[in-house]
Order: sequence, then C-alpha cells, then structure tokens
Amino acid sequence: MTIAAGQATPEQRRATRDRMARWSRPMLGLALPVGLAVVWEIIVRLGFSDGRLVPPPSRIYQEFAELAQSGELLRHVIATLLRVTVGFGLGTVAGTLLGAIAGYSALVRRVIDPSLQGLRAVPSIAWIPLFILWLGIFETSKVALIAVGVFFPIYLGVVGAVLSVDRKIVEVGRAFRLSGAAMVRRILLPAVLPAYVVSIRAGLGLGWMFVIAAEFMGASEGLGYLLIDGQQLGKPAEIVAAILAFAVLGKITDAIVVLASAPFLRWEDKFRPASEN
Amino acid sequence: MLSLERVGKTYPNGVHALDAITLGVVPGEIVVVIGGSGCGKSTLLRAISGLDTPTQGSVLLDGTKITTPHEQIGIIFQEPRLLPWLTVAGNVGFGIEDRPKHERAERVAHALDRVGLSEKANMWPRELSGGQAQRVAIARALVPRPQVLLLDEPFSALDAFTRVDLQDHLLNLWAEFKPTLIMVTHDVEEAIALADRIVVMRPHPGRIADEIEIDLPRPRDRQSAAFDFAKRRVLTALDRSLDRAVGVEHAEQKAAQGAAMWW
Repeated sequence: MTIAAGQATPEQRRATRDRMARWSRPMLGLALPVGLAVVWEIIVRLGFSDGRLVPPPSRIYQEFAELAQSGELLRHVIATLLRVTVGFGLGTVAGTLLGAIAGYSALVRRVIDPSLQGLRAVPSIAWIPLFILWLGIFETSKVALIAVGVFFPIYLGVVGAVLSVDRKIVEVGRAFRLSGAAMVRRILLPAVLPAYVVSIRAGLGLGWMFVIAAEFMGASEGLGYLLIDGQQLGKPAEIVAAILAFAVLGKITDAIVVLASAPFLRWEDKFRPASEN
Repeated sequence: MLSLERVGKTYPNGVHALDAITLGVVPGEIVVVIGGSGCGKSTLLRAISGLDTPTQGSVLLDGTKITTPHEQIGIIFQEPRLLPWLTVAGNVGFGIEDRPKHERAERVAHALDRVGLSEKANMWPRELSGGQAQRVAIARALVPRPQVLLLDEPFSALDAFTRVDLQDHLLNLWAEFKPTLIMVTHDVEEAIALADRIVVMRPHPGRIADEIEIDLPRPRDRQSAAFDFAKRRVLTALDRSLDRAVGVEHAEQKAAQGAAMWW
C-alpha cells in the first residue's frame, strides 16, 4: 500500500469511490449498445455487409441529422407529443377519478368495476375500427385510443392503492377525529401516492405504445407516420431514427414523472440493494 | 371523571367479548387493566376510545356519552402507527394541525424534548428504532393534552430494557399534566410499576374479576419487598380469574422463579 493511500481516511476513500460510481454505473449500462453499434459500424465499413437493411450508426445519425435540420423531425415529434399529452391527460383524469371513487365507495365499485374489468380484457387495439366509425379518422379517434390505453392501468392502480391503505393508519386518523375531507388529504392521498406514481408510469408507457397504433391507422404526421413512411419507401435508417426518437421521448417523459414525484416520496422505506448505497 | 356503566360488547359474529363492565376512574388516576389473552381488554379500551361502540351500557366522560373518538381522549396503540410520510415532528404535531404555526412548533419541540428525541425532529419514522418510534407515538398522543390517555399494550413489542425505560418516560410525561391513564397490559411488573389501581379481568365473557389498589410511593423500587408483595397479590388474583385452584404458595413460587411476565 502506498503512503498516500494509507493516509486517506476511510471516509475520503468512500467519497472518491462514490464520485467514481456516479459516472461509472451509467457507463456500464451503455457498454453493450455502444459496443454493438461500434462493431456493426466496423463490419459495414470493412465491407462484410452492405448495411442496406440494417443501417450502421453513421447512416442513422446522418438520417437523424437530415430530419432534424429540415425541421421534419420537430414537426413529427410535436404532432406525436401533442397526441400523447392530450390522451394521457384525459386517461389520467378519468382513471384517477373513477379509481378513487370506486376505491372509496364499495357500492360504486360493485356497480362499475365488473364492467370496467370486462372492457379491460378487450385488447385496446380492437377499439380502433369502432373509434374510427364513431370519431372519424382525424385527431379525436387517435386521442381517444391513447386515453383508453392510459385509463386502465391508472384506474386499476388507484383502486388497488386505495383498497390496500393500512386500516391501522386510517384508525389513527379516526382517533384524531379527521373529517372525511381531512382523512382523504392527510391520510389517504399520501398513502396511495407511491402506488399512484407507479400506475402513472405504467399508463404513460402504454400511452406511448398506443400513439404508434393510433398513428398507424392513418396519419399525415407524427413519429408513427415516419415509421410507416420509412417502411413504404424502403428507408430503414428513417425507421430506426424514428424508433430512437420514441425511445428518447419515452425516457424523458418517464424521467419527468419520476423527478416530479421524488420530493413527495422521500419518506418511502424502500428496499435499497447494498451496492446502490 | 370517566365512568363506564355496564359496558358490554357482543360482536356481530356472536362473540360475547365484554359483559357489564362498571368502572369509575377519577382524573389523574392510573388504571392498568390486566388479564389473559381474549378477556376483552382491547375491546374495552376501544370502547372507551370511541373507535368501537359498546352494544350494551355506555361510556361517559364528564357526563358526555362517548360514541365516536373524542378530543379529550387520546390513544396509543400496540404499534407506533406513525405516518411514514411525515417527519418525526410532523407526526408529533399531527393532532394539533388546527393551531397557529408557532404554537404548534413550540408544543412539538417541547414534547420531543420531553421524550428525549429533539435531535430526531426532522428524521423519517423509518429511521427510528422501535422504542424511539413508540416514544414519538406517546408524544403525538399527549401533544393535544387529552384528559384521558388510553394505552393498548404499548410496550409489549419492545425488549425488557427499552420497556422499563419507556415506562419511566411515560410516568415522567404523565406527571406534567396528570391525565387519566388507562393502560392494557399482560406484564404484571409493568402494571405494578405504573398503576394506582389494577383491574384484573377474566374471560368468556370479559368482565372484572378483581381490583387491586397499589399505594406504593413513586418512584417505585422494583427490587423492594413491597413491590414483590404486590406482584404476588396480582399473580394470585390472575390465577383466581382463570379459575385455577392454586394457593398463594404456588404463586409465590412462580414469582420467585421470576415469572414476572404473565401471559
């Protein structure tokens, strides 16, 4: 052991290790995709493959840059983002309200839950023909489909969360004579929040899934349109570029939900694997 | 003055848990209810708290019938039941949310100081030990300054050292405002360390078997002969409550063996 290392206190060493870990851990996750991309790039450059059906990273980047420069990418991203936002908003509001009411009132639950569970068993894509007949081929039917996809996980999450609130904690609220509204605000809302955030994230994920299905059913713009366009014109680079855009947008919106909810969930007594500390 | 008049409870499934309990408790008195499992101790406490309502008779606090939780009656459960999303200070102040902010902060700080947890004020409940969490629960129940404080086996989940420590904390806190304490336990030593009066219950259905006055001066020396004598009296009464045909000698033997934990 060198003298310098011997002089460092355990705390200092741990701090150094933590600082390195902050950067090295995400790097570890990047190693696989980046490695594969580099290997594929080399294979195409060396001429072992023409990269026509599986474009190398450089060609995808080129396509991406072209789409971005021409403003095409932004136009498609905005169209898709708008649909997801509106559909997700509607689905979240409906799922939260119905879930909260059904969780709180046994009567309402007995009336609406069986029907909703039945509807949930229908694969949401199956609604597309009906929605097109009812709502036309433009935005309304697309937004409705996304809202339906988002609604179910959130409804189920909220009902489940409300029903699993600890009776003992509710009793504390009763012992302090909380009124109905105060009980909701001070006991039930904080108690369901962790499960609610999980269901929001699940709903958001489904929202991104359904926006593609919605855009496949006939759109003139949007990332889903870009996918179809790439397929019909035989441009795999454009398809991959659109997929990458989806991945980035999905990750960003999910991170927004996580970051926005984090300050309210610091109290959680979660399992934290030893190596994460 | 808290009075129970022929309080009985029969659950919807037909279980007759309590039968005609009549008890008067004067302000500031410490009553410990002791008895075997299933003799209705907790049912009795829940009836007094207003969390459950008795099916016969009534609970009266200063002449008012208790049917729902009352602001003058606080309760401490077997588990701390802290709200995990509130800090320690937030939990302690839970019952006085309606008071002005500075008064709330002052009373919370004072209560935390009294239970020796001032430096934990901003911690989350998950960061506390079992004993600390129960101290926070005691502070939470006492901060609204209830006239009556009910305790449902509050220290039964703790180890022996922590338990004695918390009993001292409780007496210390009680001395400040002298609320009426009604505590349920199955620990004979705990009962004698705390009680002015011990109510021994018998099961099927739950009713009062015996009442034993403990007039030892406080603080009580757990090693003293008088403490031991009281212990023997309580153990004998408990045996009698279960219709066990045993003499005092037997109970003496049990006490001598250190059978202070009576289940």
